[in-house]
Amino acid sequence: METYTTPTDQGYYGEFGGAFIPEMLYPNVEELRRKYLYIMSDPSFRDEFVALLNDYVGRPTPLYLAQRLSSEHGVNIYLKREDLCHTGAHKINNTIGQILLAQRLGKKRIIAETGAGQHGVATATVCALMNMECIVYMGKKDIERQAPNVARMKMLGAKVVPALSGSQTLKDATNEAIRDWINNPVDTHYIIGSVVGPHPYPDMVARFQSVISEEIRWQLKEHTGKEFPHYVIACVGGGSNAAGAFYHFLDETKVKLVAVEAAGHGIKTGMSAATTQLGKPGVLHGSKSLVMQTEDGQVVEPHSISAGLDYPGIGPLHANLFKSGRAQFLSATDSEALAAAFDLAKLEGIIPALETAHALAALNQMRFTPGETVVICLSGRGDKDLAAYMKAMDEKV
Amino acid sequence: MMENQNRLEKLFQKKKDHVLNVYCTAGFPRLDSTIDVMKSLEENGADIIELGMPYSDPLADGPVIQASSMRALRNGMTIKKLFAQLKDFRKSISVPVLLMGYMNPVLQFGFEEFCKDAAAVGIDGLIIPDLPIYEFENEYATIIKKYNLDFIFLVTPETEEKRIRRLDSLSSGFLYAVSSSSTTGKDKDFESVKNYLYRLHDLNLKNPILVGFGIKDKASYEDACQYANGAIIGTAYIKSLENSDDVQVSTQNFLKNILN
Repeated sequence: METYTTPTDQGYYGEFGGAFIPEMLYPNVEELRRKYLYIMSDPSFRDEFVALLNDYVGRPTPLYLAQRLSSEHGVNIYLKREDLCHTGAHKINNTIGQILLAQRLGKKRIIAETGAGQHGVATATVCALMNMECIVYMGKKDIERQAPNVARMKMLGAKVVPALSGSQTLKDATNEAIRDWINNPVDTHYIIGSVVGPHPYPDMVARFQSVISEEIRWQLKEHTGKEFPHYVIACVGGGSNAAGAFYHFLDETKVKLVAVEAAGHGIKTGMSAATTQLGKPGVLHGSKSLVMQTEDGQVVEPHSISAGLDYPGIGPLHANLFKSGRAQFLSATDSEALAAAFDLAKLEGIIPALETAHALAALNQMRFTPGETVVICLSGRGDKDLAAYMKAMDEKV
Repeated sequence: MMENQNRLEKLFQKKKDHVLNVYCTAGFPRLDSTIDVMKSLEENGADIIELGMPYSDPLADGPVIQASSMRALRNGMTIKKLFAQLKDFRKSISVPVLLMGYMNPVLQFGFEEFCKDAAAVGIDGLIIPDLPIYEFENEYATIIKKYNLDFIFLVTPETEEKRIRRLDSLSSGFLYAVSSSSTTGKDKDFESVKNYLYRLHDLNLKNPILVGFGIKDKASYEDACQYANGAIIGTAYIKSLENSDDVQVSTQNFLKNILN
């Protein structure tokens, strides 16, 4: 049977994936490739991972029937409350997994990239927990516009290094982290924050995040008697929360999967981050996927109001879901996402992250049959986005 | 189509040591300086020219070469423009010339188109550091061979013997020994890599070995040449062009300091 979950030994999902890395990275990436599945299937690893997810992260996160939102759309909408995870988003599922893996590989030093700072905070958190050195690369521009998360990382003991190259945002922070890894090949583990990067990262991160859909299945069964919803909806930048929310439904083709990208000001405005709409096959950060780029193959700087979706690529797993048609790809603009965030706050008393708000905005673009079951991955909470929300409120008044 | 002249092979047949490969970025310091830079490199003693195609996200390069790439891109350099600049370069330049760059721009150009155009203008070989063995063998080796281009792989001190032999067997022209696991432009304690170069030497590989990364002056060049067939200079040369008004004078001064 065709599977959408698991790549080939060389890391390919259909035509996408692989490990396009310079030889200097080969020993590190090869070590991971040889060991990750073995380590992750070890019972002592499983036990420690599950215990930390339960007692430290606060899993399982609730699956909540959002009744007022549901009646607006005439369907049963369940919210998977990843916003209630420690540090405020799903990102920590992956960083817990990778720090345990790094310990078993004997690594002493952790590096990470971050855009808005959510993955940086989640990495700094687990490094504090495990008493490991933590260096987070962050674009100089992002450091300026995400001051609270920079302060959190510092309070947690991480060193935040500004990425000064290129456009000084997430893609450049990723380049800098990779360069750090090239220069520190022996003692360092690189915790990538999304289902991107060279094989085995996309598969490894998807597996760590797959706890989201594992829980959705049994929780939905408790709620409704059925473990399969009609739809699962998630936002996609690199695609880690979507990979986690889709994972255990990927090969259950009766479940419709909807990935929502950031349209920014609009797909055709030149200020967008909708990679499947605007990207072409290419190589970025070590894997072949869809990449937003010029005719000459230079990677372009995307735009989204949500820093977490502001990435010119997409994980190879998702590129394959797009190409094969297994998932439907929609997009929401900055203003649609803002409106959806305010709707959820008023209807359900939940302030979502701007990233998540894109998934919520897709509800208005979809046609449902009354009574269908829809699960939305509420990937993060909106505390970090208060500045954008305050600005939106000021503009309305 | 221009016939491949096997320039690299011929070069290493007659010159076994002190082979000097100098890296320059196409379109740097000015869009139209590419050919002038190449000419002055040949005139002042470079045996091989490694011509970098600028890319927005060059993973294996340090800050100096990155900055030269960004400047070249701002100057408007593209692969298309580069091939236009290179159209007649074989009338004035006879040393082997390699194109160095990353996969993404090459894929956008079209891998086969790229090889075809490169061979047509008289390019001798390719260095694409983020094209790994699996993809090379699976998809690209036959195309590269079809256009009779050399392909040069990198090895590092962490590369195991079995893998070195494999990379050697897949390479032609020479093997690019990175002097340590590092991005370009990092200072290296040469003593620490001596053993690695001895080890490479003792493997009796089919390809000559050039040492790259960390060669910045006469002393480090001589060190590298002691244990390999020659060396590759990039960062130090690019630095010397950063504020240059006259690339010929700058190149002459730079290579004089290395070679004399």
